Amino acid sequence: MLPEKNPRDVAIEEIPDEWFTWREQNKEEQERLSRPSLSYWNDAWRRLRKNYLAMTGLVFIIILVLMAIFGPILSPYDANIGVLSKQYQPPSAEHWFGTDSAGRDVFTRTWQGARISLFVGFMAALIDVTIGIIWGGISGYKGGRTDNVMMRIIEVLYGIPYLLVVILLLVVLGPSLLTIIIALTVTGWVGMARIVRGQVMQIKNYEYILASKSFGTKTSRIIRKGLLPNTMGPIIVQMTLTVPSAIFAEAFLSFIGLGISSPNASWGVMASDSLGAILSGNWWTLFFPAFFISLTMFAFNVLGDGLQDALDPKLRK
Amino acid sequence: MLKYILKKLLIMLLTLWIIVTLTFVLMVTVPGSPFNSESSSNEIVQQNLERHYNLDKPLPVQYLLYLKSVVTLDFGPSIKQSNQSVNDLLGRGFPISAELGFFTVLVAVISGVTIGTLAALRHNGIIDYFAMTVAVLGISIPNFILATLLIQQLAVNWSIFPVATWQSPKHMVLPVLALATGPMAIIARLTRSTMLEVLTQDYIKMARAKGLSPWKIIVKHALRNALMPVVTILGTLLVGVMTGSFVIEQIFAIPGMGKYFVESINHRDYPVIMGTTVFYSAFLIIMLFLVDIAYGLLDPRIKVNKKEGD
Amino acid sequence: MEKILEVKDLHVNFKTYGGTVQAVRGVDFHLNKGETLAIVGESGCGKSVTVNAIMGLIPNPPGKITRGKIIFKGRDLTRLKEKKMRAIRGVDISMIFQDPMTALNPTLTIGTQLMEGLKQHRNVSDGEAKKRALEMLELVGIPNPEERLKQYPHQFSGGMSQRIVIAIALICEPELLIADEPTTALDVTIQAQILELFERIQEATGVSIILITHDLGVVAKIADRVAVMYAGKIIEIGSKREIFYNSQHPYTKGLLQSVPRLDVKENLQPIEGTPPDLFSPPTGCPFTPRCPFAMEVCNKVYPASFKYSNTHSVDCWLQDERAQKLLAKAVKN
Repeated sequence: MLPEKNPRDVAIEEIPDEWFTWREQNKEEQERLSRPSLSYWNDAWRRLRKNYLAMTGLVFIIILVLMAIFGPILSPYDANIGVLSKQYQPPSAEHWFGTDSAGRDVFTRTWQGARISLFVGFMAALIDVTIGIIWGGISGYKGGRTDNVMMRIIEVLYGIPYLLVVILLLVVLGPSLLTIIIALTVTGWVGMARIVRGQVMQIKNYEYILASKSFGTKTSRIIRKGLLPNTMGPIIVQMTLTVPSAIFAEAFLSFIGLGISSPNASWGVMASDSLGAILSGNWWTLFFPAFFISLTMFAFNVLGDGLQDALDPKLRK
Repeated sequence: MLKYILKKLLIMLLTLWIIVTLTFVLMVTVPGSPFNSESSSNEIVQQNLERHYNLDKPLPVQYLLYLKSVVTLDFGPSIKQSNQSVNDLLGRGFPISAELGFFTVLVAVISGVTIGTLAALRHNGIIDYFAMTVAVLGISIPNFILATLLIQQLAVNWSIFPVATWQSPKHMVLPVLALATGPMAIIARLTRSTMLEVLTQDYIKMARAKGLSPWKIIVKHALRNALMPVVTILGTLLVGVMTGSFVIEQIFAIPGMGKYFVESINHRDYPVIMGTTVFYSAFLIIMLFLVDIAYGLLDPRIKVNKKEGD
Repeated sequence: MEKILEVKDLHVNFKTYGGTVQAVRGVDFHLNKGETLAIVGESGCGKSVTVNAIMGLIPNPPGKITRGKIIFKGRDLTRLKEKKMRAIRGVDISMIFQDPMTALNPTLTIGTQLMEGLKQHRNVSDGEAKKRALEMLELVGIPNPEERLKQYPHQFSGGMSQRIVIAIALICEPELLIADEPTTALDVTIQAQILELFERIQEATGVSIILITHDLGVVAKIADRVAVMYAGKIIEIGSKREIFYNSQHPYTKGLLQSVPRLDVKENLQPIEGTPPDLFSPPTGCPFTPRCPFAMEVCNKVYPASFKYSNTHSVDCWLQDERAQKLLAKAVKN
């Protein structure tokens, strides 16, 4: 057997005669593909795993969720009841994140706040997705007149400055967890609906959809089985990016006095309550909520970016 | 082009009408009319309000009269500040807010586009990673937290800039910085991604095949196409800057519209809330409209399609 | 005949996250002045990469010319600095792309795009540039050139756009024109018009053309010589007549048999299988797994280049006399 030399360096005479015999053809060899074939989701997951920043974000989010669930339970302190004599204690072994103006344990309150902030974020995203998929799905799938009317409505809603409406609603309804979520989703679903519609419009003309239509498959089934799974990529990305923007909006509303009312705490309430404290040197009261708001937004943003790259088949190399 | 403008104009008016109606409906449904709450105990104010809002008339008439007052840009008196009309507050606060907003957008667009372009040109290089990390951080840190950090570090600890108020250019640096970071990060990311996409286009390859210099290719062929999507988000960005200014003005004690607005929310000064909401909405919707028109002018495809009427 | 271009042992690699793709693995050919060479092959065989290498348009990273020479008028283009290369691009060598609708910048007028190459390379006034642009539009057959100059790409049909792309490529009077699938994106009737335009231009300007295509009909119409590429190598090269009527490589024969013909009543025979993985290309002949005449040797050693005539050579072990004996025996049975 000849070594793996550059073939052109091999003199013809060197090649043994017995190699000039017919070779068995085998089908498997012919069809050997140039890359292992993976399903869309497997492939996306493989790419996401290689994106360290996005994976860091994912890990952070999991930790945050776990801490939001178990943090307040594990802590010996009550989130809403403080000891006034222990006002403004710096972080110590006793109070890991220190105490605030009412002598409440900031560590406990941070995780209590995480519950509310994450709840607001996830609920807003979930409601946006539900309305967005229904609205966008129908609009995109039906097309024609229906689509025209539904899109005009979206266009009008899109023009309304969303936080102004939220503020207005909260002023009237009075701030509470429920009203904040309602206010955030009243116009929030519009972006999602646009994305879903665009995706559905694109995919509904693909042959496999036309084929199942020609077999007389029911519309609802086509939407559920044929369209939705293939529009999931952008929807998931948009969802991932909705969560941080809802968390931010909640923090912003707390800041202008429309947040969750005390003694309950969200990160936004905690941060806006302690903006003054930082100037008097009690930095920890602001630092921890601010840090976790930023960290959460960061984690969701990088995860969203990573998902976008991973789920976009155009980027498949 | 005319058809395009007309269509956008129609949608703009519809949106405005919805907001005006929405404010009206919300205000009349507020539990216990906002205009005779205990907060407005002042007799004169009470009378002013009743006159302005025609509370003695039936609802449809109230609505029509309210529409009329909005069209004539008369937003009525404030509850809290007696002898002050909402228009007075707008007249005093808005120019300052507009100044803050203008510089913020200017800084955000210029630096965002520059950073995004550089990152795209050095795709997967050190500049790219660095710029994009900074951009994600910029998006992740809420502006009121950034503002507090800036005050604490640059104003209190190092005394480089004044802590608050709005008097000289030096006073503007911190608020503009705090407010511009988020939009800048968004623009940088968008510019980068569209730029990367544009750079793979055939016409860029064609420009290279013509032997043009890299500089010419970027400025003449790539940047203009890459900036189109940036123009489309300018409107949304403006909304963000405006809502951001509410808190920034509060933190830096800038006597702008945003500060009055937040105060009016805290005092439940309904006429000011309504008036400001309507005014700001109108302002933003007009801005969005102008952005749309600008986009139509920039993209030859839109202009001509509409002119030929197909 | 004068050789205008000579490509010797060209290798181009691309680094991707899945590994290194050896897109071009030792390509040799030359181009004579005033002739048209067609490079044919399936998609992914390396034909576009080869011409991009000639243009110096391999994106680096991830791409890199790892070995070989590209000699154009006595200069090795692979060694030229980017700045020198820029002076050649668009002036001595021009390129035309597959899809005219995307090759033109949608936000600039046709006139701007036509004239900018000229202004870049030649010291001309605006008036002269415009005069030349009008001449070019007339040459490629665009009516009302004066008016058209001010219009934007979306106001042109696909065929018209491709004419403009050709005008842009020719405005500096290049000696070599590279056309990468110039008719693939066009309607059949428009294709014929564009091909005729190529012939007319070659007659008028004497430009040499490298035409990349996978359409043998296009080759039959305008090529002088044909190079067949497979898995990053030229496996057979010869004059049009030699390739069409006396092809030697089983792959070339397969290609010809998979084209529908009106004059022959024959079943179409597709080539079974898929091309090999260029992440780890085989040491032997890459066509072995799909080849109906594969021998043990084919899988082990890449075939030597056998000269069939002065212009015709083929990389295939069937040309070896020992294989000829084997073939003769098979025919007898």
